[in-house]
Amino acid sequence: MKTTLASLKKGQKAIITDLNIDAVPLKLLEMGCLPGNTVELLQIAPLGDPIYINVNESHVAIRLETALEIDVEFIPDSL
Amino acid sequence: MAAHNILNIKIALIGNPNTGKTSVFNHLTGLNQQVGNYPGITVERKTGTCKLPNGTKGTVMDLPGTYSLNASSMDENVVIELLLNKNDKDYPDVAVVVTDVENLKRNLLLFTQIKDLELPTILVINMSDRMERKGISLDIPYLENLLKTRIALVSSRKGTGIDTIKELIVNYGSLPTEPCLNASGIDPDYFNGLRNAFPHQLLYKLWLVITQDVNFGQLERKEIESNSSFAKTKAELKRMQQKETIKRYQFINDVLKSGQTIDNSKAKDLRAKLDRVLTHKVFGYVIFLGILMLIFQSIFSWSSIPMDFIDESFASLASYTETHLPPGKLTDLISQGIIPGIGGVVIFIPQIAFLFLFISILEESGYMSRVVFLMDKIMKRFGLSGKSVVPLISGTACAIPAIMSARNIENWRERLITILVTPFTTCSARLPVYTILISLIIPEKMVLGIFNLQGLTLMLLYLLGFGGALLSAWILNKILKLKHKSFFVAEMPNYKLPLFKNVALNVLEKTKAFVYGAGKIILALSIIIWFLGSHGPGEAFSNAQEIVSHQPENKTLPQDELGDKIAAYQLENSYIGIMGKSIEPVIRPLGYDWKIGVAIVSSFAAREVFVGTLATIYNIGSSGEDEATIKQRMDAEIDPLTGKKVFNFATGVSLLLFYAFAMQCISTLAITKKETNSWKWPLIQLIGMSGFAYVVSLITYQLLK
Repeated sequence: MKTTLASLKKGQKAIITDLNIDAVPLKLLEMGCLPGNTVELLQIAPLGDPIYINVNESHVAIRLETALEIDVEFIPDSL
Repeated sequence: MAAHNILNIKIALIGNPNTGKTSVFNHLTGLNQQVGNYPGITVERKTGTCKLPNGTKGTVMDLPGTYSLNASSMDENVVIELLLNKNDKDYPDVAVVVTDVENLKRNLLLFTQIKDLELPTILVINMSDRMERKGISLDIPYLENLLKTRIALVSSRKGTGIDTIKELIVNYGSLPTEPCLNASGIDPDYFNGLRNAFPHQLLYKLWLVITQDVNFGQLERKEIESNSSFAKTKAELKRMQQKETIKRYQFINDVLKSGQTIDNSKAKDLRAKLDRVLTHKVFGYVIFLGILMLIFQSIFSWSSIPMDFIDESFASLASYTETHLPPGKLTDLISQGIIPGIGGVVIFIPQIAFLFLFISILEESGYMSRVVFLMDKIMKRFGLSGKSVVPLISGTACAIPAIMSARNIENWRERLITILVTPFTTCSARLPVYTILISLIIPEKMVLGIFNLQGLTLMLLYLLGFGGALLSAWILNKILKLKHKSFFVAEMPNYKLPLFKNVALNVLEKTKAFVYGAGKIILALSIIIWFLGSHGPGEAFSNAQEIVSHQPENKTLPQDELGDKIAAYQLENSYIGIMGKSIEPVIRPLGYDWKIGVAIVSSFAAREVFVGTLATIYNIGSSGEDEATIKQRMDAEIDPLTGKKVFNFATGVSLLLFYAFAMQCISTLAITKKETNSWKWPLIQLIGMSGFAYVVSLITYQLLK
């Protein structure tokens, strides 16, 4: 099963493996949300969406529907 | 290379949002700033002059913040169009790219793109005062060498390093202009072909023209597109852009590996702690509500002091001109049209200034992004974005700047809905109408021991405004068939103490924009309404004095009361009176007579004109604009048809609801036209809102009467 950014837990880190470039805004790529880079889930909004991540030292909030388009691999023991 | 004898160096200030670019701009230019719009679009155009060493002058352009040269908004298009067009009169001699030392990696992406344009470029690394605290150290000569530029280490907070920038600007002729990496490596064949086909063009410019949807004067994009070997599908282009971005990041990572060291043990994270509290599922909302209440408190109670002062000053100025200038049409125009017109604009300055004071503090500190984060899911259900919160709050002062602040919503659909529903929020122009109507129909008593019933009603009307905005957003979301990909990227900047200078300049700028933008229309309409109210067709208007003074019941009246009666009679027979009477059949079912009709017609200039117009109609005129008097007269007014009070409970509630929902503001319609670039949306706003107001008021009156 593929894991996406949307399934990260708070405080967990992962490495981006792939992303659907048709569904991910270019602006996010430019902030460093690119394959190979580390991403950490910092906060989840009280109602479950959006999520607040740190990717490539960019602190940014995105919606879950965008996070679902970003495949990741968990970094073990990062919780 | 350009010669040094140019007396005025054109400087373009470029950078990502949240890098302190505007602070650097403020430091360079001080108060010598002009804010305007780019021709035809509403993107703000900020320029300023700057004194450079050796008596040279500089013109600094603060270009809109952008993450890259891949434009995704109107603001970003401006940057690209300017930098691609060498013939543009504003084409810069030198580019100054502002970056934040804590986000250097990301900020350098734009820098490497600017370098590809082969412009003399200076790199400003801002927020250098935070380096020690964050454990960051930089090898400046190494970075300058690899990035092929000169670096100014600046702290816009402390004001250091500004002179270094100025020094580098004056000597821009000696700055290297070659690119710092070869981006065409992502697809060598493609780029070689491009280079051979257009040997006189900059390769990177060609690439930008192919990938961007912007105007580019010298080289028609058709020309490139007609050459089929360069045609690519959108997906292919996006893939190449992604490759380009990765390639740039690789380069930047390599450079920073040796040029920057970060001692992570020093970075004690205040951000994480604050985020935990400010986006907490309980405290987050409690704090936000608390801040909102503080804002409303200040807008309504603190600004009432300067507002009363302005009100009185303009009233006395008007009566002064009336008594000291020779009587005649011109004097009337000045004292009854122009002065009250200007007063009607100036009176809103305190509220608007207070509102923008708070909003810019919240934005500068980084808190606003947390509110966006907290509210996005809730707002999304109504077809809005978390970013719609700012316009909806600003709308409580005035819809005009509020609608302009919707610009940073990326998704067009969410932005459009935000623009359309913002005028429902209770703006300050509704306040005088609400105040007088509430005092007429709601008894002044306490409920539950602590709540003032009149105050509660006012609060209810505010909630009604927000409710109206959300409800109509929900409906629009259901019916609008606009397809737009959900697109939400909100940067969460680090928390900062707001800089006084930035906040003050922002407040000044926004207030000025309101005074000049909305002011013109309000002033023009006040003059038109004055004209329509002081002129009329036929005998009844021109001979009002004789007709009234010969009526038997007026024979014994004292002089000033007779004067009032004449004025009222004139108004009834003036153009505006005739307009009021002609719409009477339409508004009668809502419980309004022709006099209220006149007030409604005239409040199209600005809602608060309602009270002033009624004051004139209920022949108060000479006995002073004392609110108690207006209230007493309105209270005593009897409807000749029904024999009941005109301002009874049913009519009052119906009027309150009408003013809560109806679109009665030409300036708002004008700004909607400007922001949506079509007459369709302001028309929908006008018909939708006013239609809704009519129906609600009709039902209310018929049920309550």
